Amino acid sequence: MYADSSDKQPKIAVKDLNKAFKAAKGQRLPVIDGLDFEVGEGQFVAIVGPSGCGKSTLMNILAGFEKPDSGAVLIDGQPHPGPSPQGIVISQYGSVFPWLTVQQNLMFGLSEKHGSDKAALADHYAAMVGLKGFENAYPHELSGGMLKRVELARAFIVKPEILYLDEPFSALDALMNLRMRNELLRILTEEKHTVLLITHDVDEALYMADHILVLSPRPTRIQARFELNMPHPRRLISPEMDQLREAILKELGLEMPA
Amino acid sequence: MNSRLAKILPPLAVIALVIGVWWWVVVRSESPIFPTPWQVVTGTLELAEDGTLWEHITASLMRVGIGFGLAMGVGIPLGLWMGWVTGAYRTFNPIFQMLRPISPIAWIPLAILWFGVGDVAPIFLIFMASVFPLIVQTTSGVHTIDRRYLRAAANFGVSRGVLFRRVVIPAVLPEIIVGMRVGVGVAWLVVVAAEMIALRSGLGYLIMDSRNAGNRYDLVIAAMIIIGVIGLMLDGITRLLEKLKTVRWRYVR
Repeated sequence: MYADSSDKQPKIAVKDLNKAFKAAKGQRLPVIDGLDFEVGEGQFVAIVGPSGCGKSTLMNILAGFEKPDSGAVLIDGQPHPGPSPQGIVISQYGSVFPWLTVQQNLMFGLSEKHGSDKAALADHYAAMVGLKGFENAYPHELSGGMLKRVELARAFIVKPEILYLDEPFSALDALMNLRMRNELLRILTEEKHTVLLITHDVDEALYMADHILVLSPRPTRIQARFELNMPHPRRLISPEMDQLREAILKELGLEMPA
Repeated sequence: MNSRLAKILPPLAVIALVIGVWWWVVVRSESPIFPTPWQVVTGTLELAEDGTLWEHITASLMRVGIGFGLAMGVGIPLGLWMGWVTGAYRTFNPIFQMLRPISPIAWIPLAILWFGVGDVAPIFLIFMASVFPLIVQTTSGVHTIDRRYLRAAANFGVSRGVLFRRVVIPAVLPEIIVGMRVGVGVAWLVVVAAEMIALRSGLGYLIMDSRNAGNRYDLVIAAMIIIGVIGLMLDGITRLLEKLKTVRWRYVR
């Protein structure tokens, strides 16, 4: 997988990215300090970093909502076109429109090119994420886990080439978090996408990603890279996983007792 | 006792108490002018029978309807524009903030000067009274739209039209309804005040006319109570808008 992506053009190429915020008294607070990485077509890459290291800023730049101070984000070798349905963001806060029904939310991103029967397409995707029967419900009538499903379906329905997941399940309870990981992996076997996951949850990355990049504390840069050539579904408890987890946590500054 | 009754009973008891005390005081003081509650009831029936009561009510409601309708037609689009376009906000907000605290009553002399003693003057006053709450609420509604929704809309690459129809307007709708409640409230306050000074019909006119034409304080109080009841109903009608399915999200959780 990694081998054939290296001779093709990477889906996402991040080149010497820098970003600083304006701090008090005209000072500049560097947040991202020379970030370099590539994501191949169809890969699932997780970026793990300590909290406050600039993960959300990085995600905003990758999705096109913010501009870097220097460096570039290339999509298919082209400069980032700004926010577009080519890459859909799913964040921990969620952005399901509360004034639209589930079906209307799913139809939101659909345009003329998606055919005439948008409602049927929306219902198909609602069923795919297990929301059959809730098409006409309003978001405030749904649980947190169901809202996440709406958000996933709303993203998948526009067939984005890239999914940007910004701690997507961290607002859910632990059990629902685990369920949604499986749900996401199940959908990804049906619909192939390039996925970039940003998280502080090492196990989430270990469970889903093909590559894991570890960020340093702010100003952040890539501190370590790990590759996981393991099939799904994965066991999070195995000697191999334990070793990887320990290595990643060590990079994050957490030494396990021997 | 069921819970519905438990809710209704205490306010009814208060109203009954007020009427009781009023009655008792009037009887005890043997006031020659101040009416008992029963005299107010008979006075109201008298007005209702000869039809003048309905004329006054419809006159006042019509003025509020036109003035408030115009205020919505101007205030909501203006508020959306000022909320969306920073330059428009910077340009117009200061003057609106300066005009807003001027009581609509203060405009009465100018209204009479410009429009004479007719229907236009009170409609103008109602417009002036209710347009500012609508502008202010709508503008702040746009300003407080959660950024994640605007980002999601940008992410899905929707057109400006869809952005406005499907995101901005529904997001602001609850604030617009608040503006409407405030606006309709002040509009009703102002129509009565304006009619007391300038006109030949309306509930405000009824109050002044009843006093001037033979100290009919029973009719003064009848008009006051009717004004209160209609004000309550107007608020109730605008509150019904809060029950709309598309704005329920704002009032739950």
